[in-house]
Formats: sequence, C-alpha cells, structure tokens
Amino acid sequence: MARAISPQKKWTFTILAWIVALILFFPILWTILTAFKTEGDAILFPPAFLPPHWTLENFFEVQARSDYFRHFFNSVVISVGSTLIGLLVAVPAAWSMAFAPTKRTKDILMWMLSTKMMPAVGVLVPIYLIFKNLGLLDSLAGLTGILMLINLPIMVWMLYTYFREIPVDILEASRMDGAVLWKEIVYVLLPMAIPGIASTLLLNIILAWNEAFWTLNLSAANAAPLTAFIASYSSPEGLFWAKLSAASTLAIAPILVIGWFSQKQLVRGMTFGAVK
Amino acid sequence: MAATVNTRRLARAMLTPAVVILFIWMIVPLVLTLWYSFQNYSLLNPANVGFAGWTNYQYFLTDPAFFQAFANTLILTLSVLAITVIGGILLGLLLDQFIYGQGIVRILVISPFFIMPTVAALVWKNMLMNPNYGIFAWIATSLGMQPVAWLETYPLFSIILIVAWQWLPFATLILLTALQSLDEEQKEAAGMDGAGFASLFVYITLPHLARAITVVILIETIFLLSVFAEILVTTGGGPGYATTNIAYLIYHLALLDYDVGGASAGGVVAVILANIVAIFLVRLVGKNLEA
Repeated sequence: MARAISPQKKWTFTILAWIVALILFFPILWTILTAFKTEGDAILFPPAFLPPHWTLENFFEVQARSDYFRHFFNSVVISVGSTLIGLLVAVPAAWSMAFAPTKRTKDILMWMLSTKMMPAVGVLVPIYLIFKNLGLLDSLAGLTGILMLINLPIMVWMLYTYFREIPVDILEASRMDGAVLWKEIVYVLLPMAIPGIASTLLLNIILAWNEAFWTLNLSAANAAPLTAFIASYSSPEGLFWAKLSAASTLAIAPILVIGWFSQKQLVRGMTFGAVK
Repeated sequence: MAATVNTRRLARAMLTPAVVILFIWMIVPLVLTLWYSFQNYSLLNPANVGFAGWTNYQYFLTDPAFFQAFANTLILTLSVLAITVIGGILLGLLLDQFIYGQGIVRILVISPFFIMPTVAALVWKNMLMNPNYGIFAWIATSLGMQPVAWLETYPLFSIILIVAWQWLPFATLILLTALQSLDEEQKEAAGMDGAGFASLFVYITLPHLARAITVVILIETIFLLSVFAEILVTTGGGPGYATTNIAYLIYHLALLDYDVGGASAGGVVAVILANIVAIFLVRLVGKNLEA
C-alpha cells in the first residue's frame, strides 16, 4: 500500500529543498557569472546579479598573462597519470585479495586504510628534502608519484569492494567448460570488472585534481597544477575578481561535470564500500 | 583443486607490489622525520648541525603557538564535524522526500564537494566575505546592519564556514544514500502503529544511519585534521596565530623558517596525535564494517 503524499506536502518539501540547494550552489554560480563580467562590473555595490556587459575578455587575459593552459595541462598529466599508474598496482592487489583471500586479507586492508590516517604534514620535511636532492621539486614526475602514493589505499579498497561482488561461481562454470586462465580473465572477469575500474579511475582523478597539500608545497612555476596556480591569486591579483573567477571557472568545470556523473561511485569509493 | 598452490603463489605476487610500495611510503619518510627531529638542522644555519637531544621537542611543545594550533585544530575539526553531520542528516531527510526536480537538486547540493580547496577559499574570501563589495556585506547592508570584515574579525569561524561548505555535501550524499536503503515498509509499519515523526526518527532512522555516520566521521576527520590550503590562501594562519592549525604551523616551521629539526619534531607530534585518533576511529569503523 503506497502512502498518499498530499500535494501541499510535496510543494513544501520541493520549495524548501530548492532554497537550500540554491544557497549551497550559490558561490559556484556566482563565480561562473563573475567570470563573464568586466572587472568594474565585478565589484559593483550593490552587486549586479547578471553581468551588465557580458565579456569573454577575462578568459583570454588569464591565458595571455600567465599561460593558463600550461597549468591546466599539468593538472591533467598529474591527475590522470597518477591514477593510471596507481591502477597498475592496485588492480592486481585488489584482484588477489578479492578472489584469493587469506586469513591476513582483512588485516592488510585495515593497514592500508591506516596509512591514509598518517598526516601529510608529518612527513613534509623528509619528502621535501628527498625531492630537493633528487631534483624532483617542481617536476611533473615527482607530483605524479606522490599523488599515486597518497591515493593508492583508496584505489585498492574501492576496487576490492567491486571485485568482491563478482560471483566466483561464474569462474567455476567457465573452468568446467575448459577455459584456460587467460581466456577466463579476458572473456569472463574483465567485462565484469570494468565498471568498477572505471569508477575508481573517475573518483581518483577527482581526488588528485583537487589535492592541495603536496601540489602546493612541492611545485613552483614549472609544474604547478591549477590548485597552485589559483593559490597565486591569494595576494594582490585576488582583487581582480573577474579574472580570478575566469581562472576558477575553467579549473572547476571539468571536475564538476565528471563529479555529477559519478555521484554513486563517490559514495561507495569514499566510504570504502561501507555505504552503497 | 589442482590449481590452488599456483593460484596462491600468483595471488601473493599480485598483492606484493602494492604492499611493498605502501610500506616504503609509510616507513621511510617516518623514520627520516624521527631522525631529523633529534638533529640540529636549519637550512639558514648550515654550520650548526649535530645531535640535538630533546631540544626540538622542548621548543615545539612549549611554544605558545603549539597550544593555540592544537586548540584551533580541535575546534576546526569538531565544529565542521558537528555542522556537517547534523546538517547532513537534516538535508538527507529533506532530500529523501518527494521533490520536484530531485535530480537537479542533488547535483546542486553535491557540487561544492568537487571544488578545489584553493578556489573555494579564494571565492569565499573575496567575493562573499569582502567587507566592501562582498555578497555578505550586501546582505548585511540590505538588512540595515553593519558589514563585517569576516576574516579579520572572526578568522577561525570564517575558515570553519568555508570548510563546512566543502564537506556538508559529502555528509549529505552519504547519509542520503543510507536513508534510501531504509526499508519503506518498516517505516510504514511503525507509522501505522502510531509512531510519530520523532519516535520514528529516534528508534528506526537514527540506528539505521549509525554506520553511515561513523564512516562520515572517519573520512572527514582524516581530511579535517590536515586542512591546509584554505588557511594558506585566506589568512596565512593569522591574524597572529588565530587560524594556525598544526598542519599549518609545521609547514611554517619547515618551508618558511627552514627549521628542519623543529618542523620534524612537530611532524612526529602530529603523527602521534593523528594515531591516537586513528586507533580509536579505525577500531570503531572496523567493528561497524563487520556488522
């Protein structure tokens, strides 16, 4: 028996939910709108909600002044690179724990989770000095490596929760049909594992794109990804709101879109499979 | 089965790289931090090197800045946890109702979580909290009040607000997902037995959410204990030490004062503090995950 919801109740909840949602989204909307204003219009008081004179000038200026797309490119290399390398290590590990669990599997998983609890700042000094001595400071290779390491536990966990749901019976059935190991993997397991791997990939690109401790501390002019580039707007240039907004809009747009499509996976990945 | 020995060997080979890499990543920097923390080692004064005993720890732990940073870390973490968990439950309950345009509402609510910390902090600092041209100033003047210089007058509160904005969507999304798995029939049965909204919430919804709430607290704590970028680009830890947390204090010692020994001692202290929290949390989550 379905509960009848009165229209009045429906509308009350709808209006309430929309108000809260718009308030939470407002800073983002405001950033996007300000990106299309002139600097003068950006600091009008009282503020003009819609740009009085729409302009794309800020985007061109941000690019011309500070080679914006180099930083964008750095972000892409670091986030995608660290995720792909991480998957190379994490997929076999998760696979092994999901399909051939031992007595220690649970301990290993909990230990991996506990490495995430180590505060980054606790090892800032040695990592900084190691990077300095190896010439890795302000390099894409160094940042890619670090982000791979900090996200590796999450990748293993997330993949593990996906792989564990693949029914093992299917393997036995295919074995009885005489399938050899590589055929078993390519034709039976891989198709079932791909959605999990794809979700892990997306979530980790998001996390790496937005990581703002190591990227800020280990990069300077050359390898700075967008997190560090935007941070350079914290002093005087921060007063140029339209340019700050244009730079910010381009920096958040791709991840925002990926994020919208991976909400479900986000819940699962960020909770180590505890909430689905 | 005949393949078991081989399979086991293969399984171990597949697991080994991840374990070895994580082990090295965990142990090498930690040992180095520990080593440096007992050394006199300042990049500003390269001549003065050698064993320092407990001096670095003495300086770090008796520094008034440490107490304030410790207190700030606690206040920041606990406040954001309180705001996001309570707010997340309320918002989750609201979004669990019938709503026109639910898909879009969900997208709008979750969006702040995907904004990189430096963007979030700078947008709030400038376009919202600026006392002359910001949105908050405009709201204040519209209501006939005096605009407030948020980051100067209420620095820590402002940071809490920014960080809570980033994490409220996360808590909401997790708790909403948990709410949606609550059995509708169970709720209805309770409703027919005459249970009101309040008792329904206390006796059925809240226990059902316990696990999700634990997970939210665990994950958020990991990130909140080391909030960094938001402080760096807004207040730089100030005014004074008003918004310096432990992460920022150590960063300041290491990369601005070039005091390797002192920063390392601070790093060890931070690791110990985080571990106290971790032991407690991992046990809690471990228990909850088994259930």
